[in-house]
Amino acid sequence: MLRWHSGQRCVSPGVFGWRIAVQRVQIVRSSPSPRLGVGHKGPLLSAVHRIRHAVMADGSSTAFVQKATQDLDQVVIRFAGDSGDGMQLTGDQFTRTTALMGNDIATFPDFPAEIRAPAGTLPGVSAFQLRFSSFDIHTPGDAPDVLVAMNPAALQVHLKELKKDGILILNSASFSALDIKKAKYEVDPRTDGTLSGWRVIEVDLEARTKEALASTALDARSKDRCKNMYALGILYWMFHRDMAPTERAIEEKFKKKPDVVAANLMAMKAGFDYAETTEVFQTAYRVPPAHLPKGTYRNIMGNQALTLGLVAGAQKAGLELFLGSYPITPASDILHQLSGYKHLGVVTFQAEDEIAAVGAAIGASYAGSLGVTTTSGPGVALKSEAIGLAVMAELPLVVVDVQRAGPSTGMPTKTQQADLLQAMYGRNGESPVAVLAASTPADAFMVGFEAVRIALQFMTPVIVLSDGYIANGSEPWMLPDVDKLPKIEVTFAPPQAPGTKFEPYKRNPKTLARQWAKPGTPGLMHRIGGLEKQDVTGNISYDAANHQHMVDTRAQKVANIADAVEPVATLGPDRGDVLVLGWGSTRGSITSAVLQLQKQGHSVSACFLRWLNPLPRNLCELMQRFKKVVLPELNKGQLCMMLRAKFLIDVESISKVDGQPFKTHEIVARLSQCLQSLKNQGVSR
Amino acid sequence: MTTAERPVLQKKDYKSDQDVRWCPGCGDYAILNAVQGAFAKLQKQLHETVIISGIGCSSRFPYYMETFGFHTIHGRAPTIATGVKVANPALDVWVVTGDGDAMSIGGNHFIHLLRRNVGLKVLMFNNRIYGLTKGQFSPTSEQGKVTKSSPLGSVDYPFRPVALALGAGATFIARGIDVFLPPREEVICKAAAHQGTAYCEIYQNCNIFNDGAYKGITEKELREDRVLYLEHGKPLLFGKAKDKGIAFDKDFRPSIVSGADLARAFMWDETAETPAPAMALANMDESQFPVPVGVFRRRVLPTFESGIRAQIEAAKQKKPQTLRDLLYQGEIWEVT
Repeated sequence: MLRWHSGQRCVSPGVFGWRIAVQRVQIVRSSPSPRLGVGHKGPLLSAVHRIRHAVMADGSSTAFVQKATQDLDQVVIRFAGDSGDGMQLTGDQFTRTTALMGNDIATFPDFPAEIRAPAGTLPGVSAFQLRFSSFDIHTPGDAPDVLVAMNPAALQVHLKELKKDGILILNSASFSALDIKKAKYEVDPRTDGTLSGWRVIEVDLEARTKEALASTALDARSKDRCKNMYALGILYWMFHRDMAPTERAIEEKFKKKPDVVAANLMAMKAGFDYAETTEVFQTAYRVPPAHLPKGTYRNIMGNQALTLGLVAGAQKAGLELFLGSYPITPASDILHQLSGYKHLGVVTFQAEDEIAAVGAAIGASYAGSLGVTTTSGPGVALKSEAIGLAVMAELPLVVVDVQRAGPSTGMPTKTQQADLLQAMYGRNGESPVAVLAASTPADAFMVGFEAVRIALQFMTPVIVLSDGYIANGSEPWMLPDVDKLPKIEVTFAPPQAPGTKFEPYKRNPKTLARQWAKPGTPGLMHRIGGLEKQDVTGNISYDAANHQHMVDTRAQKVANIADAVEPVATLGPDRGDVLVLGWGSTRGSITSAVLQLQKQGHSVSACFLRWLNPLPRNLCELMQRFKKVVLPELNKGQLCMMLRAKFLIDVESISKVDGQPFKTHEIVARLSQCLQSLKNQGVSR
Repeated sequence: MTTAERPVLQKKDYKSDQDVRWCPGCGDYAILNAVQGAFAKLQKQLHETVIISGIGCSSRFPYYMETFGFHTIHGRAPTIATGVKVANPALDVWVVTGDGDAMSIGGNHFIHLLRRNVGLKVLMFNNRIYGLTKGQFSPTSEQGKVTKSSPLGSVDYPFRPVALALGAGATFIARGIDVFLPPREEVICKAAAHQGTAYCEIYQNCNIFNDGAYKGITEKELREDRVLYLEHGKPLLFGKAKDKGIAFDKDFRPSIVSGADLARAFMWDETAETPAPAMALANMDESQFPVPVGVFRRRVLPTFESGIRAQIEAAKQKKPQTLRDLLYQGEIWEVT
């Protein structure tokens, strides 16, 4: 049954009040947000007043007839349970609803590679964290305010991160002696003080769900599987969420099983009503909509956005997109999504292996399509010889690497940025390719589009780096005006009269891109391949001077891409004490950390690199305008090494390789140390 | 099309301006010559023809043909060719490969190409040796082969490429021999006419590293007794006077029949649904039986690329969608 734990019978002013105080520092700022372009304009002070008032009123009364409502400007919730408990679905539903209600939101699904690890065990715990707010946010948050733990194992894994005084919702039905033992607790954690310091709400989700579904004809197992929806209903009441979007989504998802739809929705509504009518839930919380820039929005995950960017690029180029791919976590969703776009002329080829996948993509590009291959780090390793062929044959090719924790199989569902050097240098010979990285789920759209544009304009392979955190994370995406996306000009070599010899390596003098000669075009017969070729004619050549020339030309061609991409800008002033560089998915945590420190008066700016090869033209000069450059990366300092080698600047690495994204506070702590040491050296302003 | 748009081509028109750089006396010359002859016979248009190869001596082939050519990487020609054919099914795409390229490093792609029935023609030059790397045993070398990398003789059992192709579900399988001109050219023409994957194994002599590998078959005086010409709709007969035949027992074990038993010679049907007779021929011991050449199997099955294109066309008809509609779908909301 349901009870407050160990005498904590009222909502204390603790957790959310503290959050507000901190957040006020973070969000009342003058510098614009890098992602959304506006600062927060909400009535923050009055929000704090309202909350304190509400807390006092609430804390002084145990009456439940009139439930209190507090306004908050942000909340972090983490759902945790068995892999089979439906935590990802629950989190996803909360996210969709919340996005539709106009909040800014960021999510972080964190799940094991096992599809169904043994029930109730620690390795089987799957979690979904989401943070939603009434202002512009950059990360899914560090520690959760609310933890929903469906079993003792989920509690064991996640409790340590729950904020002190945070709300802990436990499913008391899963605290049998065996469950407790499987979670490696010696005694029931509810009885030995383990949970003191948190506000515990226990609900027997199984009994409650069963009760709610008593009238349905479903079997016991199917009823039990609705308990996540019961929990979702409770959360919907607690946070003033609208149930309608979830009703629509569940109806769509199970449209062939009306009884399942009915049961899920009944469970959700029962959970909502339960929270509203019983006395344990004293307070509901309201997070008003965020002040996002004007526009049309859709909530999007990184893999989805990247997929749409590739499709948009192909359409703007007037080419058929050909995907060669082999399933691999966490990239498979791109294959799934593209395979549903046949109506847009997208060809998907699920190959026998990673090599065949890239080979077919190269073949398609050779034939005049846009060849794309999607994979993760181990797949890139297998594809590297073929990518070298595309370098040599100078064909457009987009290679997507959704990075995961390595080496070898590593931790497939955990995130890392350690494939950068592989993307840059992981091929035999001097084999330069363009490399760019997505920094947020929504950013992945333009990154996909840019990859297509550059691959076609420069006749080169382009490697797109994403990672598991971006791939599965989501955020609101301001939809682009399709008509304003640039058209990508593609010119195929025109037919030639018989008797004239076609010159496959004749180049555009500005870009150095060679001509794209589609087989089937009269008069363009020629031979290309992996053997070194004489420039212009394309004949096999072992000539020393020609090889030097071709190696230099291929390098120069990739270097020329810098003329076709935007220079970098800074978040904050373009000179000062510390410049924090970032690439890829660290953007959110770096942004939050830097904004925090800026508010405290520190001279810290940030700069985010979309292009890693070539590097932006203005980067070196920008770095020189700061006393110190630091670079947080989820690897052992790979970009840091590249920049030190290239620019002879003493870039300091902030490295983390534990399979998890940076927390904002981790970066703040390291930057504070850095600022302190500058101060000690007497060089700070 | 008028003849002005499709000029009549001579055999020489298929030759590129590049010098052929195989070793003098290599069997590849004869195959190149036969392919050029077959292409002239079929009036293949240069700009519609693409030849894709992997790595090895055989894979230099595209450079010598005045068509589109792509000399790719070791073992991967079937993958690149698949991409080309699916991207543009109108192209006539040929894969030229060797026993090392197709059976060893590219073995996986080889079997998957066959099971998919992509409309490619695959010419595999089988010299039973690694030539370009200067003489190591290959996956088709006989057991006990003494080479630089197997000084005491190779321990590996060899693949029988035709049996492998049958196992992988190939819809067209044929065999030719480099020095036998008429049957080889005919095999190439038949392969060209096949809709799905047409696999041709071509016995080819490497006169540097494995000279005489097929001598016991190809010598003029032995040929008629050592070669079994597979002729559709005719019994399996061989010998100068066609006085010997191949018969099968109920388990498809072969035997040589003659005299009064000649009538028991198996009636060859290259279109047979069951692969059993072809498998029996593919596995016949070359030291005991004649070597079959010609078409082992020819079955009509829709091609991979036609299946993919059909799905795309149907989807386009059923659900036309603009880019804007694609992006603006699902749950969207306005911020004003």
